[in-house]
Amino acid sequence: MTPMIDIRDLSVVFGRGPKPVPAVDGVTLALAPGEVVALLGESGSGKSVTLRSLLRLHPASARVGGTIRVDGTDVMALSPRALADFRGRTVSMIFQEPRLALDPVYTIGDQIAEAVRRHRGGTRAQARARALDLFDRVRIPSAKRRLDNYPHEMSGGMLQRAMIAMALSCDPKVLLADEPTTALDATVQIQILLLVRELQREYGLSVIFVTHDIGVAAEVADRVAVMYAGRIVEEGAIADVIRSPQHPYARGLLDARVELAGGRDRLITIPGAPPDLADLPPGCSFAPRCARVSGECRTTVPPLAAPLGRGQVACFHPG
Amino acid sequence: MMAYAAKRILQVVPVAVGVSVVCFMLIHLAPGDPLAAILPSDASADLQAQMRALYGLDRPLPVQYGLWLIRALHGDLGQSIATGRPVTGEIAGAAVNTFILAGVATVLGFTVGATLGFLAGLARGTWVDRITSGIAMLGVSVPHYWLGLVLVIVFSVELNWLPATGAGPGGRSLDWSYLRFLVLPAVTLSVIPMGIIARTVRSLVADVTAQDFVSALGAKGMLRRQVLRHVVRNVAPTALSVMGLQLGYLLGGSILIETVFSWPGTGFLLNTAIFTRDLPLLQGTILVLAMIFVLINLGVDLLQGAIDPRIQR
Ligand SMILES: Nc1ncnc2c1ncn2[C@@H]1O[C@H](COP(=O)(O)OP(=O)(O)O)[C@@H](O)[C@H]1O
Ligand SMILES: [Mg+2]
Repeated sequence: MTPMIDIRDLSVVFGRGPKPVPAVDGVTLALAPGEVVALLGESGSGKSVTLRSLLRLHPASARVGGTIRVDGTDVMALSPRALADFRGRTVSMIFQEPRLALDPVYTIGDQIAEAVRRHRGGTRAQARARALDLFDRVRIPSAKRRLDNYPHEMSGGMLQRAMIAMALSCDPKVLLADEPTTALDATVQIQILLLVRELQREYGLSVIFVTHDIGVAAEVADRVAVMYAGRIVEEGAIADVIRSPQHPYARGLLDARVELAGGRDRLITIPGAPPDLADLPPGCSFAPRCARVSGECRTTVPPLAAPLGRGQVACFHPG
Repeated sequence: MMAYAAKRILQVVPVAVGVSVVCFMLIHLAPGDPLAAILPSDASADLQAQMRALYGLDRPLPVQYGLWLIRALHGDLGQSIATGRPVTGEIAGAAVNTFILAGVATVLGFTVGATLGFLAGLARGTWVDRITSGIAMLGVSVPHYWLGLVLVIVFSVELNWLPATGAGPGGRSLDWSYLRFLVLPAVTLSVIPMGIIARTVRSLVADVTAQDFVSALGAKGMLRRQVLRHVVRNVAPTALSVMGLQLGYLLGGSILIETVFSWPGTGFLLNTAIFTRDLPLLQGTILVLAMIFVLINLGVDLLQGAIDPRIQR
């Protein structure tokens, strides 16, 4: 089957001059229609930048390389007008902070309606009816009244539901979710995860779900891609990666999680800090923090390979 | 909204009372005897006492204030000592002239300033930004009476295109023979609000466009002009309230500008009242100007509340 999303060798570099920041380096990732992939990694590992690349949301000064195809469309080649038609129509996005991602001086209903009218045309009344319908779909209580709320009048969980309603308003094929539950309370977090999962099945969406929480990834995703310092270091079925992570960094992330679940009051994290992207080591970016490091790791970037015949890992000493 | 409006209107009452007390006290705090201006310096003590009683100056201060306030509320601010005409009428005539000048100057300053500021805010760091910000900077820092004199020298004296002083041939009309008198003072007066509004709008636009929701609008496919409409709606409440405040300042009448151009507004009137020691006129003018300022502020707040949903708490 042809993939819904096909990212090949994506690289994004910010800033010119002596210290450019390679935020994403050689990311290759494909999603089948209806597939959910979690993009997992510490903050600063390039998850959001990868995601935003799919909608070409970077400032003009960013240098973007590689190819991105969504549903057969070459995203990099879209004209400005075609790109605007593509955004929100083929690919939608939801954000970490719905409160910041919505215009504070427009009602929620108006903000959904304008997206509907932008992509599907129709009258104000039709767009509003569509917004009302969507509010029911994401189970916002007293939907009719809520449409006339301003963002400051709604709770974070309700806002994220509204954001999801807006993202789905034009029947997209792909949903990009950038840590949509990170800013929410634990109970609300679960509700939103379940909602995303449910709507994903209902609409047959392909979803890239960015998170730094492996528990969240396990909840929503079929597959997971672990990012470190702008590269994918491990990728595979979520169950495989959780059961037997191959990359030492993925193992570290899991261990941190296990220690937390074990009731310790201290989160055991991976020793050391993520590298400065503007000053990456020549070999494996994880080498300075890695217990299994060897000479080869310090000189050569390990390529993604499939040592076990399933999934992929970029490590000279997997297991 | 109604509750907010009611609360805001009630808050005006104590301010208005305070202002009236200060205005009333002005006569008694000003150095010199209020009667000195009308009585010959060698007037007998008897005559002075008689005049004192006539003007009510022999009563206790609170009583004087009460009587003065009641009359003021009925629109009676006394007679001008210099002309003998009612102060209210003098102020009303002057206020209309000032209002015309301030209104035109504010609209002009807002239109030019908001446009410059918007362009600069969108194109931060480019030459467009530097040029427009430079103009705004000049607008705020140039002494405007000096600018007024320069304009007079260039356009009245040298080119002889526009009149230098006055408000026209008496009466009012939209005819060019009247409007031409408005051009130089209005342009001069507009320079300060222009600069302030340009700088305000520039930084507002810079703040708003840096917010996440602007890129989120792009992410849902909104076109550039549609995104700019959101930016305008976000910037408008603050920009309008700054404009309202500027109008408020200008409605106070610019003594300097109105004097330079002999524009017969309240600033000019105030100037006249001061130099002729016309205390009733001075007192009345200050009272009216202060009240106008209080009301303008109230209007601005209500307008802002109507535009920005977050203000109504
Ligand atoms: N617009 C930008 N300009 C410059 N640097 C950026 C920009 N966006 C992201 N970066 C940098 O790219 C790196 C990766 O960021 P990001 O993808 O947001 O991380 P995360 O994995 O936490 O989502 C960070 O070092 C960040 O500072
Ligand atoms: Mg991020």
